[in-house]
Amino acid sequence: MFTNAHPIAVLKTEKLTKSFGSVKALSNVDFNLYAGEVHAVLGENGAGKSTLIKLITGVYNKDHGAILLDGKAIEPHSPHEAQSLGISAVYQEINLVPTLSVAENLYLGRQPMRWGMIDTRRVNTNAKALLKTYDLNIDVTRTLSTFSTAIQQIVAIARGVDMSARVLILDEPTASLDANEVQMLFGVISLLKARGIAILLITHFLDQVYQISDRITVLRNGEKVGEHLTADLPKRQLIPLMLGRDLAINDPADSTARITSDTGTNTFLQAEGIGRHGMLHPLDLHVDKGEIVGLAGLLGSGRTEAAKLLFGIVPHDAGDVRVKGKKVLLRSPRDAVQNGFGMCPEDRKVEGILAELSVRENIVLALQAKQGWFNSLGHKRQQEIAEEMIRALHIVTPDSNKPAGELSGGNQQKVILARWLASQPEFLILDEPTRGIDVGAHAEIIQIIKRLCAEGMALLVISSELAEVVDYSHRVIVLRDRQKLTELSGEEITEQTIMQAIAEK
Amino acid sequence: MPENKTHTEVNDVAPRFNLIQSLHRNRRLLFPVVALILILIGDRIIQPNFFNIRVVDGRLVGSLIDILNRGTPTVLLAVGMTLVIATKGIDLSVGAVIAICGAVAAVLISTTTLPPLIVILISIAAGMLCGLWNGILVAYMGIQPIVATLILMVIGRGIAQLITNGQIATFSNPTLEFVGKGVLLGFPFPIFLSLIVFGLVWLLVRRTAIGLLVESVGANDRASFFAGIDAARFKVFVYVISGVCAALAGLIVTADIKGADANNAGLWLELDAVLAVVIGGTALTGGRFFLGTSVIGAFIIQAIQTGIFVSGLPPTFNLIVQAVVILAILFLQSEELRRLFVRIFTSLRKPA
Ligand SMILES: Nc1ncnc2c1ncn2[C@@H]1O[C@H](COP(=O)(O)OP(=O)(O)OP(=O)(O)O)[C@@H](O)[C@H]1O
Ligand SMILES: [Mg+2]
Repeated sequence: MFTNAHPIAVLKTEKLTKSFGSVKALSNVDFNLYAGEVHAVLGENGAGKSTLIKLITGVYNKDHGAILLDGKAIEPHSPHEAQSLGISAVYQEINLVPTLSVAENLYLGRQPMRWGMIDTRRVNTNAKALLKTYDLNIDVTRTLSTFSTAIQQIVAIARGVDMSARVLILDEPTASLDANEVQMLFGVISLLKARGIAILLITHFLDQVYQISDRITVLRNGEKVGEHLTADLPKRQLIPLMLGRDLAINDPADSTARITSDTGTNTFLQAEGIGRHGMLHPLDLHVDKGEIVGLAGLLGSGRTEAAKLLFGIVPHDAGDVRVKGKKVLLRSPRDAVQNGFGMCPEDRKVEGILAELSVRENIVLALQAKQGWFNSLGHKRQQEIAEEMIRALHIVTPDSNKPAGELSGGNQQKVILARWLASQPEFLILDEPTRGIDVGAHAEIIQIIKRLCAEGMALLVISSELAEVVDYSHRVIVLRDRQKLTELSGEEITEQTIMQAIAEK
Repeated sequence: MPENKTHTEVNDVAPRFNLIQSLHRNRRLLFPVVALILILIGDRIIQPNFFNIRVVDGRLVGSLIDILNRGTPTVLLAVGMTLVIATKGIDLSVGAVIAICGAVAAVLISTTTLPPLIVILISIAAGMLCGLWNGILVAYMGIQPIVATLILMVIGRGIAQLITNGQIATFSNPTLEFVGKGVLLGFPFPIFLSLIVFGLVWLLVRRTAIGLLVESVGANDRASFFAGIDAARFKVFVYVISGVCAALAGLIVTADIKGADANNAGLWLELDAVLAVVIGGTALTGGRFFLGTSVIGAFIIQAIQTGIFVSGLPPTFNLIVQAVVILAILFLQSEELRRLFVRIFTSLRKPA
């Protein structure tokens, strides 16, 4: 329980302020972080959460205000400097070297030396001992990239903490973890908490906030609007505090008037035995117009692989695909787009956003690619499309010419969705569309998905949030070990049945 | 429906900030222009009659005209190189392609009866073929651009020597010579040629969707592929353009000396072209590209070279002076360096 009062904050900010051009990303924020607590920083997309931690870790320099560590003002100019002061950060995109071994990553730049050379044996034994303290028993000589995201994240945490961290910052660490991995990570967090480390956590998963955090600070439009003990702030008070309004979600039960499509006549996509050796066992799948098919399964069960085969990102070597009854070739995303497909990929940074191009260019890209080299949309038309999408999806940006890489994470996600909506697909594949999206936008996006479906679009949606899948899917295909286990439809679809299907032998 | 409190009304805000914002956004593009002016002023100080232009036999003569004229091969290369670099590539073979295309033209014109216009077209086709080769290696074989084009850079001069049989292939043909030495409206003809090529390429990329798609491939080729862009075809396309530009530069160089020198034609010009593009503000990491300032970058290099030439400084200083000036320009452009200065400055002002 949260009883003992914390006398002084380990980390404190006073009137911390940062603007980007005309955008006030953070203004006059007083933030307190105490030893041995997990402190969640919450807020909408673009509220300033990432900016706060980037100021604390020296990625950006503050405009004014102060950052105090143990009561002393600090001014880190780089994450490296912050780390040497005792502040470590682990981002959603893990900043380790994927091609090096786990042990090398743990001791990169500070390897034990022997006769002027790196003492590999000691690196490995130290690494093994270090990870043991996290209950992690893995082969530390294996390449980092061969491990799951969760383990990579724990390695990143272990490295940070081992370099004398007093403050550990985690920015959306659970975004790409499955339920078990989240628990594994939380185990590590509790361990560090008990050691007296102060932990700052950013996440959009409110359930996790209530499971692990002791204290909550809420930011809205760059300002601090509240600091509460988690125990004192129930969810229904938290959400209005974050959004500045109440959450207008309609009851999931009434919203999906599950349109029973007369199968066969209305089929948009029909894949028979589609698969690829070493990637996905052949499976059958069809999606009707005006139908949402959910793909459920654990991480690595083959959901993303199925999406990639259907969109031609990796060509399939088995089976064939018919679109509206006609057999089509899908050897590249280009083929898929020409057939009226669209896909929001899972990894927004690598596969989605063109960071240095403008929001406008990012939004019109798929439509322009579809229209070809010479049929240019023209600046004015681009502007119109972009502004329409910015309005429709509530993308937070000062104007459509801002480089997309400068938007907050959740807003980048919306830009990619906008890109595909602008291309007016007949069939849309969404891989984790609500990842990194705040509670308010989360509800909006689900409403958009339902509206598109009602307008006759065929959708295939992958999501790790079962409640969401159950809410909007007409049918759910459950995958495990890269093959199709079963297919649920209509009233059979509940969180329970899906979980049973996943667990069943 | 929740109120739209989060998104800013785009229409109201944009116009007011436009001028300042666009100046701010384009400030790196001002550097090349300012640098060129400063270098020309420097040239003028060293050589008081630098800006003089006379008319001799109906043609304009003077150092400024010389910069425009001598700069044309680099300008042409820089136009093609800009597109290649925008896709995160680099084309090191353009110097060798100059030699190949020059050799093709010189040998054909002197040993066959083909009309000069056909010879010119064949030479350009040879440049396209070189670009196609580079593009296929990069886009479909997945070879690193620097390695892929290095291959042609090395064997290209060998190929050119094979074509010329190891000799300097000289010729005499008024039409072909006109490409390098002709005069039109008082100006050397190559200036018009490079102007036309620049204009055509600019229209091709900026009036169609090609510019946007090239930038997107350079900014993130994986994401572009996911968006349905055939990134590979774009890469081939830009190397072909670069090959054509190199062929035209080769024709100018060859026509100018009325002969093809397989060993020396266009030697090291690929490096000048890369430099011109970088000075022009296009980053080697790909993405946004700036054709116009690449051309200015090419003239900056030529203005330095011409300046050193007329100053009477021993030619041994050539490369050193050039390196120092270019380094200075790149320093001024560097975002990091500017930030460092700002930091030092603010920490000096603030008592510790
Ligand atoms: N480098 C930058 N340049 C310009 N503007 C920026 C930059 N980084 C952030 N911003 C702006 O500052 C505001 C706050 O962004 P921030 O990334 O802190 O949001 P966030 O709370 O982390 O949101 P999310 O939940 O979507 O990740 C946004 O409006 C964003 O567009
Ligand atoms: Mg963020």
